[in-house]
Amino acid sequence: MSPLNIKTGSTSHSAYDLRDPYAEVIESHTLAVIVDNEPGVLARVIGLFSGRGYNIESLTVAETDHTGHLSRITIVTRGTPQIIAQIKAQLARIVPVHEVHDLTEEGPSVQRELALFKVAGKGEHRIEALRLAEIFRAHVVDSTLESFVFEMTGTPEKIDSFAELMRPLGLREIARTGVAALARGA
Amino acid sequence: MTQAMTGARMVVQALKDQGVEVVFGYPGGAVLPIYDEIFQQNDIRHILVRHEQGAIHMAEGYARSTGKVGVALVTSGPGATNAVTGLVDALMDSIPLVVLTGQVPTFMIGTDGFQEADTVGITRPCTKMNWLVKDTANLSATIHQAFHVARSGRPGPVLIDIPKDVQFATADYTVKEKIKTSHYQPKLKGDIDQITRLVEMIETAERPILYTGGGVINSGPAASQLLRELAEATGFPVTSTLMGLGAYPASGKNWLGMLGMHGLYEANLAMHGCDLMINIGARFDDRITGRIKDFSPNSRKAHIDIDASSINKVVRVDVPILGDVGHVLEDLLRIWKSRGRKVNKAGLAKWWTQINEWRAVKCLTYKNSTSIIKPQYALERLEALTKGMDRYITTEVGQHQMWAAQFLGFEDPNRWMTSGGLGTMGYGLPASIGVQIAHPDALVINVAGEASWLMNMQEMGTAMQFRAPVKQFILNNERLGMVRQWQELLHGERYSQSWSESLPDFVKLAEAFGCKGIKVDDPKDLDDAIMEMIRYDGPVIFDCLVEKHENCFPMIPSGKPHNEMLLGDADTQGVIGAKGAVLV
Repeated sequence: MSPLNIKTGSTSHSAYDLRDPYAEVIESHTLAVIVDNEPGVLARVIGLFSGRGYNIESLTVAETDHTGHLSRITIVTRGTPQIIAQIKAQLARIVPVHEVHDLTEEGPSVQRELALFKVAGKGEHRIEALRLAEIFRAHVVDSTLESFVFEMTGTPEKIDSFAELMRPLGLREIARTGVAALARGA
Repeated sequence: MTQAMTGARMVVQALKDQGVEVVFGYPGGAVLPIYDEIFQQNDIRHILVRHEQGAIHMAEGYARSTGKVGVALVTSGPGATNAVTGLVDALMDSIPLVVLTGQVPTFMIGTDGFQEADTVGITRPCTKMNWLVKDTANLSATIHQAFHVARSGRPGPVLIDIPKDVQFATADYTVKEKIKTSHYQPKLKGDIDQITRLVEMIETAERPILYTGGGVINSGPAASQLLRELAEATGFPVTSTLMGLGAYPASGKNWLGMLGMHGLYEANLAMHGCDLMINIGARFDDRITGRIKDFSPNSRKAHIDIDASSINKVVRVDVPILGDVGHVLEDLLRIWKSRGRKVNKAGLAKWWTQINEWRAVKCLTYKNSTSIIKPQYALERLEALTKGMDRYITTEVGQHQMWAAQFLGFEDPNRWMTSGGLGTMGYGLPASIGVQIAHPDALVINVAGEASWLMNMQEMGTAMQFRAPVKQFILNNERLGMVRQWQELLHGERYSQSWSESLPDFVKLAEAFGCKGIKVDDPKDLDDAIMEMIRYDGPVIFDCLVEKHENCFPMIPSGKPHNEMLLGDADTQGVIGAKGAVLV
């Protein structure tokens, strides 16, 4: 990351970056924000997004370094390249924020989300739900005679498509954790 | 060696260790232990205000005029909420403050206790950083950390919320040398490659301009010196935002005056027509840019700022330089000199010819009167009669503020205190007291409008109690002048609620406070009245009755670019469209 948080890489990972960073193209970026694990820090980060009118598509937070007293906030946000750059600069100047990484820009990254689905049904629908769950590698973590709770880990897109398939089969509720993401490589 | 003490004593000890000499505050139930400690010592002076908002503005005036961190102490609940406007004001204008608030005891937090408010929650977006200290063991380190944060990088207000039981409990004191100033260490030196790129542009630019802001002043006196050296050595013209006045002297030959919505014609047209704009510690505020699409369309732009989020926020720049103004200017000058001090002499000569044509328009010309005091005339006389004195000026917000910026000249930094970003009416009177407390022998004048001044007039009691001989120079037009001006230009001359009804008799008001009141309404008497104000040893409320319908020009109407300025009343017919009217 350059000191100004100005784009250095490219989402397409090509050798040449020919995009105009100020073009009015809306992009989705995944940011990893390393913060002091202290009261109020999350509120400060979220308040920045609501106060300045930025989007939050997904947000996860948990302590990741107990001895260092650090938490990792993973935020998926959308905006023009200028807005994304501004979001990163605004995050970076929050005093308890240690690092801001734009995983979308810094290179390939893996993104995973965990979701629980409650699907209720009988007969054919029940069998079809179970069959599709197998294809999507969702696990059954709870079952009654009339319902399943499936657990699935995957990209947000995969979770979306599984939810679409379950809808006609008796989907009752979904709980999602939001995205956790890490850059690939050492 | 560690030393055990109560939280309340820790507060006083930590303030002493940070070199604090003055605290502006107001006691209440949740800060009584701290006030008890203040009572038992003589190193820190406490200025008792009349309202907590006044405490914050005084601390701002103190900080802005000294370069030090201002400190305020208020109680929980209403004490803290009354401080909020001042906190946002300081945040917008990058003023370093440490504000201490009392809080209900930790075991009562969340029970809707008496005078309980979620102070850290309310002030989170109003501060650079805030803390609720729940354990006395962390209190002294937090205070030291707070001073570090307030003064480092882009300065700003921080707040520490201290529950009452934490003030009573005992723990070991952490000395300031022992604390981790954490990872928070903003970068001061600019990138040498970018600075070199800017030097190359300086060498060839035909129509350059230095656009300076409050960042030059926040960077310290050395930065102002370097700016002066850069301007003199290159011969480049200099303009400044409202916040940056004084960084380059008004008497300097390269000075174009303030730019922006009520800035000078030559400054705004030079910004519009330049081919190289060097933004030094300013932030492309909407009062400066006008319509972004047409803002200085043909220039390459460099931006020196210590806050990365200011760069490319509003205006896209070609040369971003992240760093402290003083450090960057030092490198910039060194590199430029080592490369042979080159500038485009022929281009510059033509540029100055052009600028002098714009200057010849004399945009500040106004129609004077022998029967009514024009506000501009009052300020011209104030300037003439106080020039060369050890003078500090504060202002309230509105027309008088813009006229003060246009008609008063500032030769040095830290001499001009005004609410720029937030535009807080009621700022000037308390700010003037804060300045006077820091500079007891100086002439401190608050240029005010009567409406703004009334917003915090209770602080005259503070001025009297602490013998702060502040001069309240009120340009009284019995109107909310700037609101009235906009209603005239934008709302069909329907003057909705913009007049000052039932005004007090300011002379009697002064007498009621025990200070001096002077009223003047004849231009012939103005000079003598101003001299009487200056000579009086004590606070003065100066009621200057001025023309009621004067408009402030030049003016760039909202939504217009720099080259579509209005120079006077004759220009104003139908110039602001519906799109402009929605802007503020």
